[in-house]
Parts: sequence; structure tokens; C-alpha cells
Amino acid sequence: MIRNLNVIYAYAIMMGLIILVGFFQSWNVALSIFNLCLISAVMTIGANMQWGYAGLINFGIMGYTALGGLAAVLISVDPVQEAWRAGGFDILMCLWLIIVMILVVRFILKNYEKSQIRTYSIIGIIVGGIIAIRVTAAPGIEAIEATNPASTGFLGGFGLPIIFSWIVGAVFAGGLAFIVGKVALGLRADYLAIATLLISEIVIAIIKHEDWLTRGVKNVIGLKRPAPYEVDLQGKELFINLVEKFNSGKLNLISDLTERQQALNQLVIEGSSVFVKLCYSGLFLIVVILLLIFTQKALYSPWGRMMRAIRDNEEAANAMGKNVVKHHLFIFVLGSAIVGIAGAMLVTQDGLFTPGSYQPMRYTFLIWVMVIVGGSGNNFGAVLGGFAVWFLWIEAAPISLYLINLFTSGLDDGNVFKLHLIESVPYFRFLLMGMGLLLIMRYRPKGILPEKIEIK
Amino acid sequence: MDFLNAIILLLNYIFIPALTYGSQLALGAIFVTLIYGILRFANFATGDMMSFGTMIAILFTWYFQSLGISLGVLPTALLAIPFAVICMILYMLVIDKFVFKYYRFNKSPPVMLAMVSIGVMFVTQAVVRIIIGPDDRRFFDGERFLIKAGEFKEMTGLNEGLALKSTQVMTIFITVVLVSILFWFLNKTKTGKSMKAYSDNEDLALLSGIDPKRIVLFTWIIAGILATIGGVLYGLDKSFKPFTYFNNMLPIFAAAIVGGIGNPFGAFLGGYVIAFSEIFLTYAYKKFFMYVLPASMEPESLVQLLSTDYKFAVSFSILVLVLLYRPSGIFKGKVL
Repeated sequence: MIRNLNVIYAYAIMMGLIILVGFFQSWNVALSIFNLCLISAVMTIGANMQWGYAGLINFGIMGYTALGGLAAVLISVDPVQEAWRAGGFDILMCLWLIIVMILVVRFILKNYEKSQIRTYSIIGIIVGGIIAIRVTAAPGIEAIEATNPASTGFLGGFGLPIIFSWIVGAVFAGGLAFIVGKVALGLRADYLAIATLLISEIVIAIIKHEDWLTRGVKNVIGLKRPAPYEVDLQGKELFINLVEKFNSGKLNLISDLTERQQALNQLVIEGSSVFVKLCYSGLFLIVVILLLIFTQKALYSPWGRMMRAIRDNEEAANAMGKNVVKHHLFIFVLGSAIVGIAGAMLVTQDGLFTPGSYQPMRYTFLIWVMVIVGGSGNNFGAVLGGFAVWFLWIEAAPISLYLINLFTSGLDDGNVFKLHLIESVPYFRFLLMGMGLLLIMRYRPKGILPEKIEIK
Repeated sequence: MDFLNAIILLLNYIFIPALTYGSQLALGAIFVTLIYGILRFANFATGDMMSFGTMIAILFTWYFQSLGISLGVLPTALLAIPFAVICMILYMLVIDKFVFKYYRFNKSPPVMLAMVSIGVMFVTQAVVRIIIGPDDRRFFDGERFLIKAGEFKEMTGLNEGLALKSTQVMTIFITVVLVSILFWFLNKTKTGKSMKAYSDNEDLALLSGIDPKRIVLFTWIIAGILATIGGVLYGLDKSFKPFTYFNNMLPIFAAAIVGGIGNPFGAFLGGYVIAFSEIFLTYAYKKFFMYVLPASMEPESLVQLLSTDYKFAVSFSILVLVLLYRPSGIFKGKVL
């Protein structure tokens, strides 16, 4: 147990900080930070598998997150019957065309030898196919987007419970990662970084602009929840009694009956949203713990040892008969699938899907800061990074506001310089993140909880 | 007549905008390529460094405007560029001293340096937003148009107007001059040649007595000039917004890689390749065909290959294709 003391300390401090926020700000804020910390932790587990285990740079985390979110929409939203009637046939035809096109290209690739004619005919098939798809799809897409555009204007989904989307999100993200990996994994490290970053931008562009599928920038709101609604809870006798019992000490101090009732109402409203957040925390916690057990087992299994061997010396591993390309692809898909789960979880928690909000700063680079700061190659480190960096990202504004007030206390309130600084408080989080990353990379390049290789 | 109209249409909506945008990308791409060729890492802070330089230029422009100094028909920002360049170079040298130098001395792998540049990106972004804010800023003053569309129509009697913005002419002119000076410097002067040698083979260059400190210093100086001028020209032509500058990093990277990263001439052309393909593929050719084809064959749809929403996606797809089939770029990269 003593060996892992630093891990326990680090997590205790982290939990202590979140609890402090609960006492000083509110439990609502503390829990929403905690929930997003858990989601970030899932993302960092995925990114850490790719970077920490295998040394693959994936700057496309944003794309996989968005695909996970898309899965949440496609699974949980009820199908829009009118839209299906209006344009469903065209879209299905299109799907057929795509499948046929892929099969034909595969057939040609398999059965004919490499030659110029083959290359040109493949190019011809793809270009012709794209034109055919566009021509078939155009009326369908137009019809779908025209059906009640203010509230639907898209095909909708399958109307299943949203929890399923966590798995489907993983499948989507994994599928994309398979294609990207096939295409780009042979590239050198920095090229791979740029290529994945740009591919994720393409994914976002498609999600943003294919309105018939995702509603695009019109956003999908009011997704189903796996947790109860606040309003329902507030009307339940059982819940009110629970809140009353929980806060009986505080309530007994108030003697006036109407005031007491008002205080109770306030507490019930607060309590309901805390309760809902707790439900989410429970669900997310299960995912994080399962993933941690699974990744931890994997890391110290023969497979994990092999991955590290590949990471540290690709040629040697290759010489020992390990298929580097295959294993790289596998771990790339696996890590991306985990990021996809996180994307679906995020949309589940928010209850809305906003393609416009996916930005590389927030969903790619911030996750990378988490992995590096926490400790790449160490699962507990990566999770801790997710917690610590997300905590700082949220609490940076209050902290910097406090610091600004402290340092400029000599200036009067109307001072232009002071006002300007207070106005730009939200941007200090970037400064904090950048400084944090630079300092960690310089003085503790292995992260807060460095990778530990146990040799038995 | 119709044919002339068609040509003017293409000139107005494709060639001139693409040439301008391409020049702006080209300057950024040479910046990326220089850092990659000599300092050997992909600089993810590119866009934000450009926005930093532009911000300084804007601050100086405001200062000059408050003093009542102006260049008449030309924008005041041109006067601010030299001061901005000096500040930018100082900023880069400070960053180099406190951040990049350590990793260069330790011979860290390029990936490590790229990660560090992400830290620099965060910090620069914060500094820019804290100083000037995240809003859209226009700092252009002076004469906006050289030729107005209406005047052109009157002059020539054509249906299509040709609008020529002064910023477009300025961008193309300054880019050509700057790039020519740069190539002259790299190919003819001793320092330039030693930079090329250093980028080709570091050990050999060190053996032949080339001072690495001097090389790094010159690289940052050139980078500072390119970043600032590229940023200011983009800001003059469109507008200055830190977020847009950050996003511009992506087509700039695409341009640098398409041209063959590490090769300045490739980067220069890569900028135009990216700009032209973006605009070619997303322009609606309906009006063009209306002029060229007889009335019976007029197209009904917009004749647009891709909707303008996918403008960025075009350049990224080109990049991905280039990476797959010719990872060294159109021109062989890796040597300045």
C-alpha cells in the first residue's frame, strides 16, 4: 500500500478541493465540476492509451468526441416520421450507392494488379459515385430539411434509451479511428498530429453542415435523460420528506411556519438538481472505474508490455516478430472508442447537442494538457490530470479575479487598468493552462504521477 | 462581350481573392516551414504568434491615429509594421530563451517541442485576449478601393464589375517583395547559406564553424517579420479576431506541408495551391456558364462542386491526400 502513497495523496487533495468548492460556492457547482472531471477522465484514459501506451499522437480527439455526441442524438431522439416519408427513400438509396461503390473499389483493388488503368478507373468510380450520390440525395435532403425546420428538419434517431449511445458512440468513434488509422498511422509523429487535427476538423465541418442528419448549427435540444427530471422530483412526496429529514437541523431553527415552508421549497429545488447531478456522477463513476480496472489490467498484462516495447523501440519490437502496424491500429481504435464514450456521456449530461461548440482548443488541446500534466503512461496519472486540469479550467476565473483584486487593491475602483483586467478574467484560464503545461514539461516532464514500470 | 464578362466574373470572384488569400497563407506557411526546417518542430503557436504581431501593429496604429499621423490614402497600419515587427521579434526571442532553448540544448525529440509549442500557444492566446480582447477589430483606414465595381462597369460598358481593393493589391505586392528579398537572402548571403546548411545537416554545419546561436537568432528574426506582416495583411484585408487567427493555423499548416515542409519555395506555392483550390471548388459557376453557354443550355442549379461551408475541409482533404501519396510534399521538403 505504501508504494502508492503519492497516488492516494494526490487524489485525496483533489477530492478535498472539490469538497471545498462545495462548502464555499455550492454543492451544485462542485458536483457539476466533478461530473465534467469524470468525463474528462474518460477522455484522458483514451488519449493516454494512444500516447502513453503506444506513443501515437492523436490531435483529433475533438472529432471522436463529436461523433460520440452524434451517437447520443441518433440513438435517443425519436424518429421523425414525416421526414422519413419525405426523403428517407433517397437517403437509403444513397446509402446503397455508397456501399456498392466501396464494394466495387474493393473488388478492383483485390482482383487487378496495380497499374495506371486501375488507378484511373478507381478515381473515375469515386468521382462518378460522388456525383451520383449528390444527385440522388439532393431532393431527399431538401425535402427532409423542409419538413418543419423550426423544430425538426432532420431524420431523427431510433428513440432508444440514451444510455445505449455510450456503446454506439464508442463504435462510431472506433470506426472513424479505423479509417483514419489505416490512412494516417504510417506518418511521422508530427505529420500524424497535423493530419489527425485536420481530419477532426473535417468531421466537425460535416456534422455542422449536414443538417438532415444532425440538424447542424440549429442544435438538438431536450434529449432524453437516464436520470429523473428536477421538476418531477420536486413534486414527489418521498423526495420532499427526504430533503426535510436531511436538513431538519437547519429547518428547526426557523420558527415561522410560512418562512419554514419557503425555506423547505428552496431546499427542495436545490436538492433536486443536486440529486440529478448525483445520479449522473454515479453513472459516470461506474464508467470511469470500469475503464480504470480494464486499462490497469491491460497495462500490466503481456499486451501492455508489448505496447511499451513497441513505443520505446519500434524496430526492436518489429524484429521480435510483433506486427507494429496492426498493434498501432488496434490501440488507435481502442483509445478513440473510449473518447467516443466520453463524447456520448458529455451530450447525455448536457441534454443537448451543439456542433458549433466543438473547438480544438477545448476538446483536443485541453485534453492533451490533461494527459501531459497528469502523467502519460500512467492511468491514475491521466485521470488525475483530467480532474486537476478541469478543476483549474473552471476555477481559474474566480482565482484570477481574487488575485487581480489583491494586486490592484491599491488602485481605486474606477481605474481603467483594473477594470480592463477584471473584464478579461475569463482569458486567464488560458494563461494558467499554458503556464502549467510549460512548467510541468520543463521541471517534471513525466507528469504529476509519472509512469511506473514494475519489473518483477 | 459575354466572353469578356465571364472572364471579368472569374477575375473578380476567384482570381483576385484567391491570389490575396494565397499570399496571406504563403507568408504564414514560410514561417512554419522555416521553424520546421531549422528549429525542427511543428509550431502549433503559429496562428497565435501572427495574432500577437497583428495586435501590436493595431496598438501602434491606434497610437499614431491619436497623434494624428496618417499615410493619406494608405492605411496607417503600414507605418506601424516596423515597430510591430521589432516587438514581435523580441517576444519570440524571449519565448525562445525561456522555453524552446532548453529543449533544443537537450536534443529533445520534435514531438516534445511541438507539445511545448502548444503551451506557448495557450499563453500567447491568453496574452492577446487579455490585452486587446476577443472581439472583431477593423483597423483599416485610407482608401478602400482602387477600382470600384460601378466605375469599372461605366468605364468598360460591361455587365460585370471588377472591384479591386487596395488591400488586395497591397497584400500581393508586399508578399512578392518580401518573398523575393527572403529568397535572395537565403540563396545569396552568407548567413542565408549557413542557415540552409544548418537545416540540411546540423552536425556538418557545426563542424564547418557555423554558429548555431546566430542561426537561431536569424530564424526568429525572419519568422517575426513574416508572422507580423502576414498577420497585418490578413487583418487589413479582412479583420482582426484572435479566434480566426488561431483557425488560420490549419490552412497554413496545410500549405506548408503541401509544398513540402522545410522548403520555403514549396510553402510559398503551397499557399496559392490551398487558396485556389478552396475557392475553385466552392464557387458557384452558374453565372459563368450563363455567359459562356448559349441560352438553351443554361444550368438550373448553382453548379457548385461543394457548398462554401466546406471551404476549410477542402484544404484539409488536399493535405490528407498529399500526405498519403506524396508525404514529402509537391516539392521535396526537408532542405531549405
